[in-house]
Amino acid sequence: MMKLKIFLLAALILFLLFLPAFAGKYLLYMTIHILILSVFALGFNLLLGYTGLLSFGQAGFFAMGAYASAKILLVVPSLLLGTIAGMVAGGISALVLGYLCVRHTRIYFSMLTLSFGMMIYSLAWKWREVTGGDDGLVGIPRAPFDIPGILSINMNPMGNYYYFVLVISLIAIFILYRIVNSPFGLTLKGIRDSENRVAFAGISIRNYRLLSFTIAGLYAGLAGSFLPPLENTVTPPLAHWTHSAEPVMVTLLGGIHTFSGPIVGSVLFYLIKDIIVRYTQYWLIWFGSIVVFLVLVFRGGIVIFFTERIWPLLKKQQRR
Amino acid sequence: MRGIYTEKMLEKLLFQSLIGLSFSMYLWLLAAGLTLVFGVLGVLNFAHGSLFMLGAYATFTLYGKLGLNFWLSIALSLISVGIIGAILERLFIRRIYDIDLAYQLILTFGFILIFDDLVKMIWGGVAMIPPMPSFFEGNLSVLGRPFPIYNLFIILAGIAVAIILWLILEKTWWGRMIRASASDREMASAIGINIPILFTTVFVFAAMLAALGGALGTPVRVVAPGIGTAMIIQAFVITVIGGLGNLKGAFVGALIVGILTSFGILLFPVFELFIIFVVMAIILMVKPEGLFGK
Repeated sequence: MMKLKIFLLAALILFLLFLPAFAGKYLLYMTIHILILSVFALGFNLLLGYTGLLSFGQAGFFAMGAYASAKILLVVPSLLLGTIAGMVAGGISALVLGYLCVRHTRIYFSMLTLSFGMMIYSLAWKWREVTGGDDGLVGIPRAPFDIPGILSINMNPMGNYYYFVLVISLIAIFILYRIVNSPFGLTLKGIRDSENRVAFAGISIRNYRLLSFTIAGLYAGLAGSFLPPLENTVTPPLAHWTHSAEPVMVTLLGGIHTFSGPIVGSVLFYLIKDIIVRYTQYWLIWFGSIVVFLVLVFRGGIVIFFTERIWPLLKKQQRR
Repeated sequence: MRGIYTEKMLEKLLFQSLIGLSFSMYLWLLAAGLTLVFGVLGVLNFAHGSLFMLGAYATFTLYGKLGLNFWLSIALSLISVGIIGAILERLFIRRIYDIDLAYQLILTFGFILIFDDLVKMIWGGVAMIPPMPSFFEGNLSVLGRPFPIYNLFIILAGIAVAIILWLILEKTWWGRMIRASASDREMASAIGINIPILFTTVFVFAAMLAALGGALGTPVRVVAPGIGTAMIIQAFVITVIGGLGNLKGAFVGALIVGILTSFGILLFPVFELFIIFVVMAIILMVKPEGLFGK
């Protein structure tokens, strides 16, 4: 099983690395979106799957990242600077708002994050001087990847920008993998499973939750920062609560108790969308039905379904 | 000079709160059902706003398009949304009573997606404003300003629903069963209350309340896909402010949010939405169990 996992992972990364060699612009564009959603949802799952907190305001931090990166790119044409600004904006706003949120759990935490997310939405929507109001910010350049004096790579070709997003996403995903498997990650799981026991061990639950919330915000901000150079525009709906539902959906789809769940969910999300849109413009009816079906039938998520149901079945047949 | 000024300001605020009061009533109708379903079934229903929207669309079609009698249209809308509610509860909501909150929210969110696109498919995506029934046309003079008769009707209707709801819960056999199963489901079941049927009736009743809110709004508010999504978050705010599952709290919460919204439009025309969520966040932080929570 372990060998197979490593083999699959290596194959996947190789596939992603060589994708621009044979894929068209559209496929690269979709893959970038999948990467963005994966990073967004992985950060979110650190909260839901590992810490046991359901945030319904993650789109707020995503939008903070997107707007911060857009603002920087409109002034300084440096892609890396925009990305860093987005991460920092997402992380700092999560740190500040998280301080107020992590005192509460369960539904109260969800409602509190929902209201903070909607505050950010209403600011993005109405604070015209800074955010451009409901028109959003437009004409954001896909600035070159620029380290002064060392190198400068033109990002205009989709393939180049794809590599930029891919490399940073892979690094971010790897770091998160290390985080959830570190003592810190174990402590978070402990908090999720039994708050009191962890507290009795002398660990400050609030601080751990706050750190987890901040990391989720960093990841949301990072994911958000990838968007403006891709689309050349940012608009307020990025911060709306319906956008917050996206990471929740894909995480539940893929499975909350596996690290790869959110990634698998993101791939499925865009795959399902892409297939249905070919047949009908009312794709949300079908997508909604799929969501309902998945909640009722595959509640553990797709990944668990495969590793626990399908995989043993295959193994059994092999033995015969 | 100053005295006159403050008097005028006071009048303006009073008038504005009357306007806000009529908005409160739509929120109250929506939040009442949400609160009932959460308090009794233990389900947080995102799709409740969609039932509000369906009520509005049904009334728009029956009354605005087919030209049926206004009251008859409302009654038929309530019945049809009630039937949809029954189907929803029997087939889907029933299966998520005991599962994690996140799954409840996502399943009901799935229904938001379905209903939003469904009305787009059937009625088209254009915003529609149906005509006003003739007997509600005209204004009253309140504090020297014209106040639409319809708004007064909405306020009275909202208060009437509150009183009827209170009477039902306190004085009827059905109300007693609801209260019993809300406080202890197993015990209620043990003394012979048929919980599954009771839950279906509660859900249908809540769906009809939401539909009533949507239906009553048709002559004055825009009927468009997404009106449910816009309202549901405010209804959530109210439900939480009031203390989850507490109807009295939901009523007061609706008054607070409605009046604040109208003040917000008057005083901070730009950041009205922002203020609502600030209020919600403050109440959640200071008194997470809500104003009237246990």
